[in-house]
Formats: sequence, C-alpha cells, structure tokens
Amino acid sequence: MFEDFFVRALVGGVLIAIVAAPFGVFVVWRRLAYFGDTLAHSALLGVALGYLLHINLTLGVILVCLLVACLLHFFQRQKTLAGDTVLGILSHSSLSLGLVVLAFFETVRIDLMGYLFGDILAIGMTDLFWIAGGGVMSLAMLASIWRPLLLISLNEDLARVEGVRVDAVKLTFVCLLAVLVAVMMKVVGLVLVTSLFIIPAATARKFARTPEAMAALAALVGVVAVVAGLAGSYRWDTPAGPSIVLAAAVMFVAAFLLPERGSG
Amino acid sequence: MSHYAMDSPRMTAVDEKKILLSASGISVAYQQRNVLHQVDLQVESGEVVTVIGPNGAGKTTLVRVALGLLKPTSGTVHLESGLRVGYLPQRFAAEQTLPIDVARFLGLTGVRDERRLQRTLEEVGAGRIYRSSLQALSGGELQRVLLARALLRDPELLVLDEPAQGVDLHGQIEFFSLLERLRTERGCSVLMVSHDLHLVMAATDRVICLNNHVCCKGTPEAVTRNPAFIELFGEEAAATLALYAHDRRHRH
Repeated sequence: MFEDFFVRALVGGVLIAIVAAPFGVFVVWRRLAYFGDTLAHSALLGVALGYLLHINLTLGVILVCLLVACLLHFFQRQKTLAGDTVLGILSHSSLSLGLVVLAFFETVRIDLMGYLFGDILAIGMTDLFWIAGGGVMSLAMLASIWRPLLLISLNEDLARVEGVRVDAVKLTFVCLLAVLVAVMMKVVGLVLVTSLFIIPAATARKFARTPEAMAALAALVGVVAVVAGLAGSYRWDTPAGPSIVLAAAVMFVAAFLLPERGSG
Repeated sequence: MSHYAMDSPRMTAVDEKKILLSASGISVAYQQRNVLHQVDLQVESGEVVTVIGPNGAGKTTLVRVALGLLKPTSGTVHLESGLRVGYLPQRFAAEQTLPIDVARFLGLTGVRDERRLQRTLEEVGAGRIYRSSLQALSGGELQRVLLARALLRDPELLVLDEPAQGVDLHGQIEFFSLLERLRTERGCSVLMVSHDLHLVMAATDRVICLNNHVCCKGTPEAVTRNPAFIELFGEEAAATLALYAHDRRHRH
C-alpha cells in the first residue's frame, strides 16, 4: 500500500532516530544544543563546497562540519568570550555565508527549502547507505569513548586527574557529532537537526535511572516521532521534517505532564 | 575537641621518605594579577600537608597546578611517574539531566567489582546510599562518595580541595576524623586545602600558609607562632590556635 519512497523515508528516519539518541543525551548533558545548531548551520557551506568541487554533497557537508567542529573545539578553550557568544557569531555568519555563496551559482537550481527543512521523502538508496554506514561507525566510536565521556560530563577535572585524555575524547565526540549532523540534515533539514538530538533525550530524562536507559528511551521516543510524523505527513500532506519534530514535541509535553516514576 | 587528633605514629610509620610531588617556583598570573608568586610545594610519602590562607590566596590555583590541571605561567611541577592520585574537587555539582546512581558513579573509576565498590562506600560510612541517585545527595554524602571514589583508585596521594565546604561543623569533625583513620590505615599522603585551621590543625604534619606567596611554613605549632601568620589571621585567631596546638602536643 505504501510507495517505495515512503518506505525508504521510514527506514532512513528510524535509523537516524536510533543513532541520534545516544548522541542526543550527551548533547543535553554537556549543554551542546547551541553547538549542534552551529554545526548544522554551517552545513549549507558544505553544500556549496560540494557544488564548487563537484564532489558528493554529503561528503562536502561532512568535511565542512568536521572543520567547524574542530574550529569550535579549539575556540572554546579560549575563555575571552562567552561560549554562546562565539557560537552565536559563528552559527549565523556561517549560515549567511552558505546562503550568499549558493546565490552565486546562477546555473544551479538548488532546493533551498530541502536543505533548510529536510527532504526525507526524497531519500534514495545512496542516502540510506550513508545513513546506515555513518550511523554504525558513529555508534561504534561513541561506544568506545562512552565511559570517559560520561565521567567528563560529570566532572572534567576528575576525569583529567584519573588519566582520561579529556581533549582527545571531547574532540572525537564533536567530530562524530559533525558527521551525524551532516547525515541527519537530509531528514529534518539543518534548521531542525538539533531538535532531533535534544527533544527525545529531554523527553526520556524523567523516566530513566541510568545513562544508558536514558539513551535507549530517547531512541524509542525518536522512532515513534519519526513514524508518527511521517504518518501524519502522509495523511494530511504536511511537510515531513517539521511533522516529525512536532510529534517529538508533543511527546515531550505529554511526558512533562505525566507524574514522575519512583523517586529521582 | 581533640578526640579526633591522633597519637602520632605518622612520624615513625614510614622509614624511607620519598618525594611524591614537588613544585618549585610556581607563578600564575591572570591578566597582570599575580595569583601565585614563586611558590614551592613538596609532599613526601606518608605526610599530611595543609595549605591554608584567606579567600583569594591562590590555594585552589596551587592545587590545580600541582595536579597538572592548570599550566603555571612559570615554574615546574614534578609528580612521581605513575603516582596514583585521588582527588576531591572543591565543587562538584552533578549534572541534573544525567541520571546516574552512586554505584554507577563509583564504577566509572573502572572498578567493576560490585562488592569492592560497596565495601569502599561502607569504609567511608555511606554504605546505605549505594543505590541513591547522585543528584539526591546532601553535601556531606556527596563528599563521602567522592572520597570513596578517590579511595577506589588506591591512591598514594590524596588531594583534597576544601573538603569540608558546605558541611556543618559536626559533619566536618566527622569527616576529618574519618580522613585521619583512612590515612593511618592506608598510609597515603594527603595534600589538603583549607581556610579553617581549627579542624585540620590536629591532623597535619606540615602547614603552608599561603597568601599569593608563601608567608610561612612548618609544623602547625611553629606556624601559629610565626609573625607572618599572626598578621594574616589576626592576633586572636593565632592565639587560639597556638593554644590548641599546644594542647595537642600534650595529649596522651
């Protein structure tokens, strides 16, 4: 009864929701929501770069996101300006730069709305491979730094004294985040990418007693949001990306109103 | 008051002293302001060194430099290689959004043996909060959990930054007597920062009085008689402490 494009969208969306969840909890714990936003906004520059160099657009986006992630990582170690000020400047100037550069390609017709708000219904088999490959790799890498990253999220000094290579672990994490943002852009677009990290994680917080439970629960919320969002989009012909985000937001509000389970 | 002072095997317990931590000529400047100026610090095996000084004296900065958390503007720090350090930071606020219980937090040291985790928590008198959420702990409980965590690393050197902060007097006395007991049992060295001298005096071998530079140093008895110390802390406080130190020597 469903067309192929809808099945591909469903598979891609569900995969992304699962992969994004364990990253999302760290984004919430480490207060990196704005950081993720900045990464996502710089992605448009990657699209431009892709056109310019005639390389795969996803690859272009990954490259630019990685570059921005490294820049931010080293920028944030200077403490002269508040972190959110630096992010605010970088976030919006990179988005503007991306838009301006793209405007120069008069010969190329770009689906700007698709990049800004996602085009999940246009996910092709190549995209699915990117999502699956990038997702498995990112998850494996995240698993390998899970324990030190948890400790860093609780107290960086403690981690350092205990011999954790804090900077290497943090850099690895933001690079993984960059790859993921680039891949996820396809689904909800660069404006909404961060919401797919933080809304499921925030929804899960109240019901989880362990870090891993929170990640698993966030994955579940994300999957339900993707399925519900896509179903809604199919049924009422609403834009798919925003529908997914809205579905997640509804679950967040519902969780907020629900009584807490147990204590703590 | 002196029930938590201990008889002094600490001088005889260790025959061969080695230097665990040595920092010399440490200076730290933040935007032209000298927080630390030419500070020397040494900790030998088995001894308790307490850094005291008023707020803003650079105590925490010194500890952070000693631990390698902060690069000094000038000076050198030498930690014995492979030294196991247990550290209690001055502030520890568990991230509210990160659900984690005490057991798991202790497990983040890499110690997997649940029974050892539980036993260590009992050793610091906090066995019953093993399954409590980290965010639900009181200041005193958190302090014990952090101490247990430091102990799980089987430390040769314990570094405590204002360990009694935010705990009431009774809790402080309890904490320092616990610390004293652990030190005798485990024989580790302690580097401690405090602004309250009364409590740490009895359990200290050497005091370093810091006010951006080292004002004076020596045994608690000697330091309380030092003019630089009296000037920094006031006649009255110094007199009380001198009396206290005297009292400690005469305990049997």
